[in-house]
Amino acid sequence: MAYETNGKTVEADEEGFLVNINDWNEDLAGLIAKDEGIDMSPEHWEVVNFLREYYAEYQIAPAVRVLTKAIAKKMGPEKGNNKYLYELFPYGPGKQACKIAGLPKPTGCV
Amino acid sequence: MSTLHTVNKSPFERANLQSCLGHAQKGDSVLLLEDAVVAAMAATAMAPKLADAAQSVKIFVLGPDLKARGLDPAGVADGIGVVDYDGFVDLAAENSTVHAWL
Amino acid sequence: MGDKMEEEYEGGVVKKFMFVNRKAPYGTVYALEVLEMVLISAAFDQDVHVAFLDDGVYQIKKGQDTKDLGHKNFSPTYRALEGYDIEKLFVERESLEERGLSEADLLVDVEVVSRADMAKLMGEMDVVMTA
Repeated sequence: MAYETNGKTVEADEEGFLVNINDWNEDLAGLIAKDEGIDMSPEHWEVVNFLREYYAEYQIAPAVRVLTKAIAKKMGPEKGNNKYLYELFPYGPGKQACKIAGLPKPTGCV
Repeated sequence: MSTLHTVNKSPFERANLQSCLGHAQKGDSVLLLEDAVVAAMAATAMAPKLADAAQSVKIFVLGPDLKARGLDPAGVADGIGVVDYDGFVDLAAENSTVHAWL
Repeated sequence: MGDKMEEEYEGGVVKKFMFVNRKAPYGTVYALEVLEMVLISAAFDQDVHVAFLDDGVYQIKKGQDTKDLGHKNFSPTYRALEGYDIEKLFVERESLEERGLSEADLLVDVEVVSRADMAKLMGEMDVVMTA
């Protein structure tokens, strides 16, 4: 599949993950989120930006468990827990937030 | 506690077997299979190294892989046992760990 | 298989796993594949050990830059292992020395052990996979 944004076509795999991480921009993130039925709030952006920083540092999309722990470490336990993250991203913070952040599907995620 | 080490690369192409022998503990078994079977032949340059290793570890070679490569089991170095697939299974069962050197 | 070493954990059995790396990165796909296996294994709450010997020590050499290869530099991912609770990383001293490397050349915290101790450690595992 592909996304159309600002007159440009951006390639994605059959599940909607970007083929090239460098194609990502904030407009595209909003578009992917809309496809996922998510209206991006500052709280959503906080997680998406965290994921992008994590990827820049480690070159992988973290497993949900690892993401949750890392968010708890940086932003505190009220955000670093499953309930908070699944409320933001009902189909899974690993899968959905990574997709919106333009990252590949987390390793080991099926 | 003992380990069955399996090696499947020729020692003339890769150093898997050398590394395996450097890490096998006394009483462990080493099974040569696929391309590693060439190391079992008495006439090769590996023979002294294997004879040396055979003093502390048991060395076996998989017969069907010798046969496939036209290598005669009669030419296998002394002290190296030739096993078939059932023998491979027995070795895996006799040891507490299997360590594949890929 | 190593029944004495196993302990019950959330209804499952915890086994000692060791993934042993002995190939340099990029030339073949082994290093990346093992790294992915290690990351996936973290999901199963097992006692995971990772070892680097022979050319495997080059996987965690500092300063890798693959831009000109058009190949992803996956070396930063070894630093993510800690977040996956994989903290038992071992490097063989002889392998470093043979290559003129020292612990200061490595990009992750590791325990440097002798070949003899590495061999002993391998013997204590339930499952060992070397690539």
